[in-house]
Amino acid sequence: MNDLANYNFAYLDEQTKRMIRRAILKAIAIPGYQVPFASREMPMPYGWGTGGVQVTASILGPSDVLKVIDQGADDTTNAVSIRAFFQKVANVAVTTRTADATIIQTRHRIPEEKLGEGQTLVYQVPIPEPLRFLEPRETETRKMHALEEYGLMHVKLYEDIARNGHIATTYAYPVKVEGRYVMDPSPTPKFDNPKMHMSEALQLFGAGREKRIYAVPPYTEVVSLDFEDHPFEVQKFDRPCALCGAENVYLDEVVLDDKGGRMFVCSDTDHCEDRRAHGHAGAMLAPAAKESQEAAE
Amino acid sequence: MYVAVKGGEAAIANAHRLLADRRRGDRSLPSITIEQVVEQLGLAVDRVMAEASLYDRALAALAVRQARGDMIEAIFILRAYRTTLPRFGYSEPVDTARMKVERRVSATYKDLPGGQLLGPTFDYTHRLLDPSLIGEDAVDEPALKEPGEHVMRVSDILDGEGLIEGDGQMPEGHVMGDLTREPMEFPMARDLRLQALARGDEGFLLALAYSTQRGYGRTHPFVGEVRIGEVEVELELPELGFAVSLGTVRVTECQMVNQFKGSAKQPPQFTRGYGLVFGQSERKAMSMSLVDRSLRTDEFDEDIVAPAQDQEFVISHADNVQATGFVEHLKLPHYVDFQAELDLVRRMRREYEPAQPGGKNVMKEAAE
Amino acid sequence: MSTQSQIYGGAFAEPVFEAQAVFRTLMDCFARPGTIGRLSTAASPPPPLGEASGAVALTLCDHDTPVWLSPALSKSAAPKWIAFHTGAAVTDTKNEARFAFFEKGAAVPGFDQFGLGSQEYPDRSTTLVVEVEALEGGQPLIGRGPGIKNGIVIAPKGLPDVFLDLWTANRAIFPRGIDLVVTSGETVLCLPRTTKLERE
Repeated sequence: MNDLANYNFAYLDEQTKRMIRRAILKAIAIPGYQVPFASREMPMPYGWGTGGVQVTASILGPSDVLKVIDQGADDTTNAVSIRAFFQKVANVAVTTRTADATIIQTRHRIPEEKLGEGQTLVYQVPIPEPLRFLEPRETETRKMHALEEYGLMHVKLYEDIARNGHIATTYAYPVKVEGRYVMDPSPTPKFDNPKMHMSEALQLFGAGREKRIYAVPPYTEVVSLDFEDHPFEVQKFDRPCALCGAENVYLDEVVLDDKGGRMFVCSDTDHCEDRRAHGHAGAMLAPAAKESQEAAE
Repeated sequence: MYVAVKGGEAAIANAHRLLADRRRGDRSLPSITIEQVVEQLGLAVDRVMAEASLYDRALAALAVRQARGDMIEAIFILRAYRTTLPRFGYSEPVDTARMKVERRVSATYKDLPGGQLLGPTFDYTHRLLDPSLIGEDAVDEPALKEPGEHVMRVSDILDGEGLIEGDGQMPEGHVMGDLTREPMEFPMARDLRLQALARGDEGFLLALAYSTQRGYGRTHPFVGEVRIGEVEVELELPELGFAVSLGTVRVTECQMVNQFKGSAKQPPQFTRGYGLVFGQSERKAMSMSLVDRSLRTDEFDEDIVAPAQDQEFVISHADNVQATGFVEHLKLPHYVDFQAELDLVRRMRREYEPAQPGGKNVMKEAAE
Repeated sequence: MSTQSQIYGGAFAEPVFEAQAVFRTLMDCFARPGTIGRLSTAASPPPPLGEASGAVALTLCDHDTPVWLSPALSKSAAPKWIAFHTGAAVTDTKNEARFAFFEKGAAVPGFDQFGLGSQEYPDRSTTLVVEVEALEGGQPLIGRGPGIKNGIVIAPKGLPDVFLDLWTANRAIFPRGIDLVVTSGETVLCLPRTTKLERE
């Protein structure tokens, strides 16, 4: 019992995988629609990526190369933990390099590097229902999706504008998929929304606790909801990454001291490292790091 | 200048080591055995089995020990194990009328066939700390009736007069659901609701049950009967054409008798709420039966006016493994989303400040 | 080959990995409609059930998925083969089936006789697995929709003449509708209900 080798390849039993695989195929066939599935208890807590883990476990094969990120970083503790889980139960090859991965499981970010045809992005989703906070009842939201009745969502976004002068939704920003279903892109910052549109990669979304799987196939229209007089726009950072000098990427704010000192660095750690390896340097890259890079080149 | 901190893997490994150390505690003390947990912390073991939906004392005790006594953590560990077990079949419904009762009390009759049997209950203990338990615990042998007695169920007594609704037959052609194998769908039929309540959090159900007593969806309950004992689990094998016994499990059953005035179509009769849990837990079985009854609004044309009557609310939030996971996930990093919020608040402040007399920029530049 | 060995043989040698490989091909083909996938680990089901169709059954069917079979398949050893290896029950009721299988040249009834799902649960629909003569060389059709970059030409050979009309009607009731796996030998081509087809 304490020997994980006794578990099936990729942990899940075959019957569970079949059930999830059927759900994935239906999800692909109905882009943006949330397919109910009989989510299993996983050996990590609900809310910590059990949906993503079940999706990954069901699609993963021995020749895959897996990358796991949380907040864009490969070395955040939960990403480390999920990666270690798949190494243990599937003996799968892992990588931190976006370009080398065939499956990328993510929480809260889409990699900066453009994803390609052979890749599948698996999102961990806490609340799959974009209408949940407008109407908590599943019985009601299901009807709204069935009737394509999304007026409430527009009203909510418009109320934001009236009150704040801005649409106050900064992450989990709702999108419409292929002109039909309004979908929650998971709590990625809206900065990442445009990357979903006509992506070359397959995007799968797993919500374990809420027992839903949904998908965006490659080359599919994903449009962030907006208004003619308030078009959708993403965050803009007024400075480049302090370590690699990258612009037009999503940055994390790092507090340096108790005197208000802070710096902004790439949230996508692989992207940042890759740029530094190619000689890009930001204003605050440690001199030692700069030197060793120069020596390596 | 700045070098990013790395080492998630080492940090996790070290945390696990420290956790193991804290679990073991003082090495000069003997470690507790699984048998000791099974024998001496039996009600903790029962709760873990009930809410994990897996009847195995040794594994539940192992989970309790591994979780350092954290019940929800232990339930979680056992559930995660359960989910990997192959499903061989579905047992026949247990027949609680044939229970070998160790405890059986009814609040609706002074005396009844089989009598009131107190059994191993805390009910009339005085809750005084007992210093004699600090050391070795010498205990007298119990006075026991012959075990194995079947006693008539109170519901059958009332049923004999036609004064109570029947055993809750599902509609014709209804295929019994399995909460652990099918996605949830609302409205949910009573079979699935009972499954959800049986593995639901004891504390949550207790609070909801309590709320119905205080008037939030009142059901006028009487404890028809609470019984605890062993029931046989049988599996029908298609090859044999009859059911074979797999063994016995200890369960607690509560039949709550509730008021009902009857309708044009039905003569007045009592209604019921039902509770059944693994092991010995009257609190859970009684809470379950109260909540079961309060959720049956559809059947009795009752208006939903209180949380305990709202099945989507109750069922969606009764599972403590789901609840604890989602509440506790808030401690995972959320800095990417927080950054997005920070950015918006700063932007809105910048627009707001110039309009204010003496407004200043809240955001200091990075000290480079 | 005796009927007995037809029924008990011909499944995957390595079920875990072969099912995974077949599923991944199906997933990629549904995500990129019109592309032709080769199932490197085809099963050998009893004729007239084709290799790829059999592999789809082994990969996706089980106790939870009633299966409908064409008249010719129903009369073959296929029902017993599917029941033995997957546990799936064969049903006569088309709209209860989660999967429906057709051998090469079988008449395909109107798609609307199968499960189309509801407006609330459009996923509860039948997936049709139809074997044809070949996945190329037939009447060319242009496919457009999610998963397709600029339009893709498909030309399965041996689809019924009314196929395009059936498919167009299926597309019109989106989000409801059936999904289609076209097979030939060891190859598959998938058409989710989102794909719009036109004559070239």
